[in-house]
Amino acid sequence: MSNEFEQILQTFIQETKEQLQSMETSLLHLESEPANSEAIAAVFRAAHTIKGSAGLFGLDQMVGFTHILEDILDHVRDGDIAINKTLIALLLECSDHIYELLKVTAIEDTEMSPQALEREQQLRQRLRAYQIADIVSVPAEVETVVETVECEHDLVASDLWHISLRFSADVLRSGMDPLAMLRYLTTLGRIISITSIADRLPLLTELDTETYYLGFEIDFASDADKATIAEVFEFVREDSVIHILPPHSKIAEYIQLIQILPEADSRVGEILVQSGALTAQELALGLEQQQAVRSEGTAELLGEILVEKGAVELAVLQTALDKQSSAKEQKRRENNYIRVQADKLDRLINLVGELVIASAGTRLIAQNSQNTTFYESALGVTDLVEEIRDGALRLRMVPIGDTFSRFQRVVRDISHELGKEIELRISGADTEVDKTVVEKISDPLMHLLRNSMDHGIESPERRVAAGKFPRGKLSLNAYHDSGNIMIEIADDGAGLNRQRILEKAIERNLISPDAVLSEAEIDNLIFEPGFSTAERVTSLSGRGVGMDVVKRNITALRGTIQISSRPGEGTLVRIRLPLTLAIIDGFLVGVGSSNYVVPLDLVQECVELAEAERAAAKQQHILNLRGEVLPLIFLRHHFGLEDGQPRRANVVVVRSAGCKAGLVVDELLGEFQTVIKPLGKLFSGLRGVSGSTILGDGSVALILDAQSLIQLIMQKENHNPDWYGGEAGVGRTQQDYRGTLQ
Amino acid sequence: MGELVVSKTYADEQDGQYLTFMLNGEMFAMGILAVKEIIEYGNLTTVPMMPAFVRGVINVRGSVVPVVDLAARFGRRNSEITRRSCIIIMEVNTQQGEEQDIGVLVDAVSAVMEIPAGEIEPPPNFGARIRADFIRSMAKVDGKFVIVLNVDRVLSVEEMAMLSAAADQHEA
Repeated sequence: MSNEFEQILQTFIQETKEQLQSMETSLLHLESEPANSEAIAAVFRAAHTIKGSAGLFGLDQMVGFTHILEDILDHVRDGDIAINKTLIALLLECSDHIYELLKVTAIEDTEMSPQALEREQQLRQRLRAYQIADIVSVPAEVETVVETVECEHDLVASDLWHISLRFSADVLRSGMDPLAMLRYLTTLGRIISITSIADRLPLLTELDTETYYLGFEIDFASDADKATIAEVFEFVREDSVIHILPPHSKIAEYIQLIQILPEADSRVGEILVQSGALTAQELALGLEQQQAVRSEGTAELLGEILVEKGAVELAVLQTALDKQSSAKEQKRRENNYIRVQADKLDRLINLVGELVIASAGTRLIAQNSQNTTFYESALGVTDLVEEIRDGALRLRMVPIGDTFSRFQRVVRDISHELGKEIELRISGADTEVDKTVVEKISDPLMHLLRNSMDHGIESPERRVAAGKFPRGKLSLNAYHDSGNIMIEIADDGAGLNRQRILEKAIERNLISPDAVLSEAEIDNLIFEPGFSTAERVTSLSGRGVGMDVVKRNITALRGTIQISSRPGEGTLVRIRLPLTLAIIDGFLVGVGSSNYVVPLDLVQECVELAEAERAAAKQQHILNLRGEVLPLIFLRHHFGLEDGQPRRANVVVVRSAGCKAGLVVDELLGEFQTVIKPLGKLFSGLRGVSGSTILGDGSVALILDAQSLIQLIMQKENHNPDWYGGEAGVGRTQQDYRGTLQ
Repeated sequence: MGELVVSKTYADEQDGQYLTFMLNGEMFAMGILAVKEIIEYGNLTTVPMMPAFVRGVINVRGSVVPVVDLAARFGRRNSEITRRSCIIIMEVNTQQGEEQDIGVLVDAVSAVMEIPAGEIEPPPNFGARIRADFIRSMAKVDGKFVIVLNVDRVLSVEEMAMLSAAADQHEA
């Protein structure tokens, strides 16, 4: 398989996935609004495009199946078949099946499993019911037949379609395969005769293998309508000469066709007679008429034929025009986007990161150089670099709506499974967030939604008994809030059962029986590892993994999660996530000879630890901050750094997850654009440090994870109140440790 | 039988280039293929709460690379930094097949030398004073035996990460 083909195939797979997604979205939309013609058209368009492009890749199985779908959808669009819940459910299953087909035949390039084939058979069976219904309900076609009989003498006897194809020379270069189209044509009917027109074929020496020279005259037996046949050639319609004459067309149309085609009239006539499209008499009669009319005036004739043709094709023309304009619209919209490979973007962002570091270095040198002009120009560069950084990061921002809309289907399916009526409302779908965040948030969100549906929203009976609407409401909302994205998941269910949570937590030894907890603290217990209050384990949730995994995933994204609940009224889960994972605003501090970065959004304030307070603070690890008790963490001590007496001590007050603490450091070095560099697997067990960054002078600074640092200290104090015993403890640990290595 | 297998393995050992370096006055060697570059010691940032063999991290052209103190990894005292101290940047594979750069702190780098297969012997069962699985083979250089290190074992990211986590726990 050539590289180029592989690439086109990848694009096809990607686009088909998108089409299926939009099909699903529109179908779900139709469920609540069955009369929405736009949504019906969208579903049809998706099926049509999938069929068309699958045909180009020779994925016959997919084409065959999608064709049935398209056929039915076409009638739905025309209003011949009424759309209802059963049909939507069936169509949703079909779109799942197409996805399966795509996965198996296009991506994995293998055969469908017997189960899948059986499912396809069943789906076809169910679809057939709609297909039969539609033939009965189309009297229009019968009428035309009657009409054609009336004026028989003007019409050809052949009951075959006649298709003239003159593909453009560039058809291969634009990625189309005429042979595949012909092959696809056979899925609509039977080719009775086909004549290749090789007149354009040059001498062998002049032959260009990438140019297409052939044309075809085809007689075709089919029950399909003209639009369906025309669609086969839709992708080449613009450049190629394509004529499709229905069965029993007027002789005049054949004559016109003969004249339009680039080959000599007599030759085309011959082919038509040979292939049986026209009888010799019909041809003669036609030419005679033509002659007669021509003497009356050519202009009139042309008009007449056009009108005639127009009358026949008006409907076809209209749909074709509509389709063309909608395709153009689509194209215009697509032109606003450029598809860029994600790794190219990642490389750019990495480079921008380097640029930020390098420019910080330059500024540092400029600052120390005492050269004002140099410093000013360095400042200018830094400003620009910051703008570039913001711009580059924005490139990776995508609306969160794509992730959200996927949940519509999940909610629909799960609510059916649970026998509950649940409606999902989405708002803030165009809120933008970094692509990496979007990818990683999908699973936790899914889990939270499932949890709400399973445990939160009650069954319709219980809801009615509680005086609520039987239909439960679930809402998903996203918005920006000062450099963060907030995602809220709310339900109007029963709310958390605090009594049960408490019992469970005590039973699982998560808290001691005599602990006094606030309501918020009780609610947030459900994020503790190994906690599950579901009375029975369902297939969806209740295994006690889950909520803690959700919390861990969100913490890994440097986000926080909070839950609040009102008994009988519902539950609200609020997730706060940073907009990007690559670069943060940091606050640089110095401890001994090392530098550390504290994420700036955690920093509340900085205060100097005056000489007088230092001794007391060191004793108690507590600072009196304007009457408030502030626990202190002596970083120098905690990290076991060399024990010198710093000249000064400062306290950085940080707030994280509702906890406030003071980090005692030597120096405050100011704000710093922090490009986050992961520390690698070797440090995966390290707590209190979330990553690293490179400073302007090329050295590495560690980024402090305030939350886990606070937790770590709390744990240590619980285990060993004398933990602050001094440096010796740390040293001994390493000694012991070395012993175990031997 | 056992001997036959062993001798076969070491007869198969191909002539190769080895990097030799000094550690506490003793010479070691390792295959040159995994070595990316050798840089002077400097600008190292210590990472707190890590076992003694993790000296810290350095910036190697924009990426943050951990530095392992080889002497400490062998269970000896930490290397003292001298004028000749070097960091050898190596590329190792984790068990998941990801590539990871690791810096190795040694006292001094000696030479890159060609050692013919005939000069390479299987490791002794004991007596080398470092863990047996760290030794890939023994090479004869100037009539003396030099330990050729099994880099994958010595710099096993999984094992070192586990030890680090254990150290953290222990401290708690």
